[in-house]
Amino acid sequence: MTSNNILLSVENLKVYFQGNGAPVRAVDGISFEVRQKETVCIVGESGCGKTVTALSILGLVSTPPGEVVDGKIVFSGQNLLTLDERKMQKIRGNRISMVFQEPLTSLNPVFTIGDQLGEAVRTHRPIAADALRRYCIQLLNDVGIPSPEQRLGDYPHQLSGGQRQRVMIAMALSCDPDLMIADEPTTALDVTVQAQILGLLQTIQQKRSMSLLYISHDLGVVSTIAHQIYVMYAGIIAEQGNTDQIFLSPHHPYTQGLLASLPSLSKRGKRLYSIPGSVPNPAYKPEGCPFHPRCPHAILTCREEFPEMCDYGKGHLARCPVLFKNKKERN
Amino acid sequence: MNMDKKDFYIEPPPVPKRTRMQELQHVFAQNRLALLGLLIFILFFCCAVTGLFLTSGSSPVCDPSMVRLQEKLRPPLARPNLESLKPREIPALGVYLMGTDDLGRDVFSRMLQGAWVSLTVGFVAVGISVLIGIFMGGIAGYFGQKHFRMDHILFTLCLVLGAGLIIVNSYVIGTVLLSICSAYIFYSLSGRNRFKKKDLPFWKAILRRNTISVDTLIMRIVDIMLCFPSFFLILTVVALLPASIYNIMIVIGLTSWMGTTRFVRAEFLSLREQDFVAAARALGLGNFRIIFRHIMPNAVAPVLVSATIGIASAILTEAGLSFLGFGVPPPHATWGNILSNGKNFIFDAPWLTFIPGIAILIVVLSFNLFGEGLRDVLNPKLRERH
Repeated sequence: MTSNNILLSVENLKVYFQGNGAPVRAVDGISFEVRQKETVCIVGESGCGKTVTALSILGLVSTPPGEVVDGKIVFSGQNLLTLDERKMQKIRGNRISMVFQEPLTSLNPVFTIGDQLGEAVRTHRPIAADALRRYCIQLLNDVGIPSPEQRLGDYPHQLSGGQRQRVMIAMALSCDPDLMIADEPTTALDVTVQAQILGLLQTIQQKRSMSLLYISHDLGVVSTIAHQIYVMYAGIIAEQGNTDQIFLSPHHPYTQGLLASLPSLSKRGKRLYSIPGSVPNPAYKPEGCPFHPRCPHAILTCREEFPEMCDYGKGHLARCPVLFKNKKERN
Repeated sequence: MNMDKKDFYIEPPPVPKRTRMQELQHVFAQNRLALLGLLIFILFFCCAVTGLFLTSGSSPVCDPSMVRLQEKLRPPLARPNLESLKPREIPALGVYLMGTDDLGRDVFSRMLQGAWVSLTVGFVAVGISVLIGIFMGGIAGYFGQKHFRMDHILFTLCLVLGAGLIIVNSYVIGTVLLSICSAYIFYSLSGRNRFKKKDLPFWKAILRRNTISVDTLIMRIVDIMLCFPSFFLILTVVALLPASIYNIMIVIGLTSWMGTTRFVRAEFLSLREQDFVAAARALGLGNFRIIFRHIMPNAVAPVLVSATIGIASAILTEAGLSFLGFGVPPPHATWGNILSNGKNFIFDAPWLTFIPGIAILIVVLSFNLFGEGLRDVLNPKLRERH
């Protein structure tokens, strides 16, 4: 792929939160790119900085206590971090939209679905009332809500979780964004609804040819929709590559551990693998490689040196020099 | 993946839906006392409005200031002595429905006139206090963590000083100060001063130093206001200003917004962190739209409840002021000054104290009951539960 169809590129983004003690380094220098019409997934455990990354793209990290310390977020040629609030408002919802994790609380309980959907549209484009109504019905239809005319007058508490998430997706779609950020949109839903929502996101993405930045902790979900995967650990990117590279030949011990701990048919009856230890406190990360206390391949240098990205070719990068060296020696 | 919505959904059987009116009826049927409060409120409203028409003008139907000395202190439902009265002195109903006072004035007409005063005082005063309260509380709750910078404080001082100097006729210095201020506002709005903290010269760094958070400032003002015994504050202000019903409304309004501010701030502090606010921001809505359209309707239920109770207490305050003789000036009747006149004759003519007293009680009570009911109606979740 050529570089000129890059829609969003994040370079060396650092977002710190100032608490009472040491600054919490939630996002500690990550870089990634989203190309047009591509689904990019960011995978990682809870607390590794996925959501903060998403929020900082939209400039929604609350300051204080949060602060974007360093880095660039370039969206179709503009650095979003230097834009002022008013210009950001024109981008939010209009060119980049977001679907949140909790559909149950992401809709305003005192307004009807129609009101909220209509507001999402009217914020960015002038539209007459009856055209707006037709457009809203069409949007609800697109996201697969049955009898949308009646749903327009419903309050959020009258819909199920899956329907609310569909409404949220409809709101995110309302202005034909170039990029949709989905922050674990299926976490709060049960598995059948999850499959429906994933299918919906995929169809919509193909139909409208927009890019999707999908944030998840669920590798199973990611494997079905992603083109490009970034594995995050403790605020940094541990490994990046396309779906096949990550799932078939992971080169970072963290990714390997994650994949080993996925249940599958072949492992039926056996005890599941789990990565020993737990995620470090983002304010007090270990020196060197943040993963070394839990890593089966750790050597002395891992404690001292922050690992470099090692290139395995074809865009597959992993932040583990030890495995890289081992592999080279074997060849 | 080919996804058609028909793959997932079979049209569910239609659920009988209630219209909004039916829902409201249902809620009110559940809450009889609130309905009673509403009825009394409507009745009171009608009385006040018709009372205004009946008692005002050059020759009113019920003249509240018609003095009939020979008919003084007649009990309720007494018939007027038709022989001793001129034709135009005979009350329109042909009977003293609520008796007469020590000057022989018809208490019924006076109560009608006073109802309008109570109604307007209640609504205007609470309107003022709720507007101020919502604004201050909303700002304190939503922008609370922002800080006033040194330059904000300096130029506010500058502005006040300039205005003060112009008032005391030192035009030159005052104008200079004011123009400095406007120049500074223009400069800070022009957006050229968006740079990072590090590359500021020393004096600018001092100017941009954070001093006090918005939340602290507003809530301390509230605390200070609450420290004044408000009734005596009102007495002082009323003593200084010319006695008129409008001054009393404004003064009551300006001294009773603190409770609402605290309510609204507390609501905002919790609502601000809700996901739907983040979602609204992610849709690209502006701060003021989020405050007033998204958070306010969620916060308004307790405010409305406190406002209806506030109307009750404003009516009480006005009655108290009139009772002490600081309220609406005498020829004009209010429930408070009827009560106050009546206290001298409490043993001879108890109706002079009991009728306005019970009227105040009923109206205040009905507002409180109505406020409680309103809270249930406004909450869509509670509505569903019934």
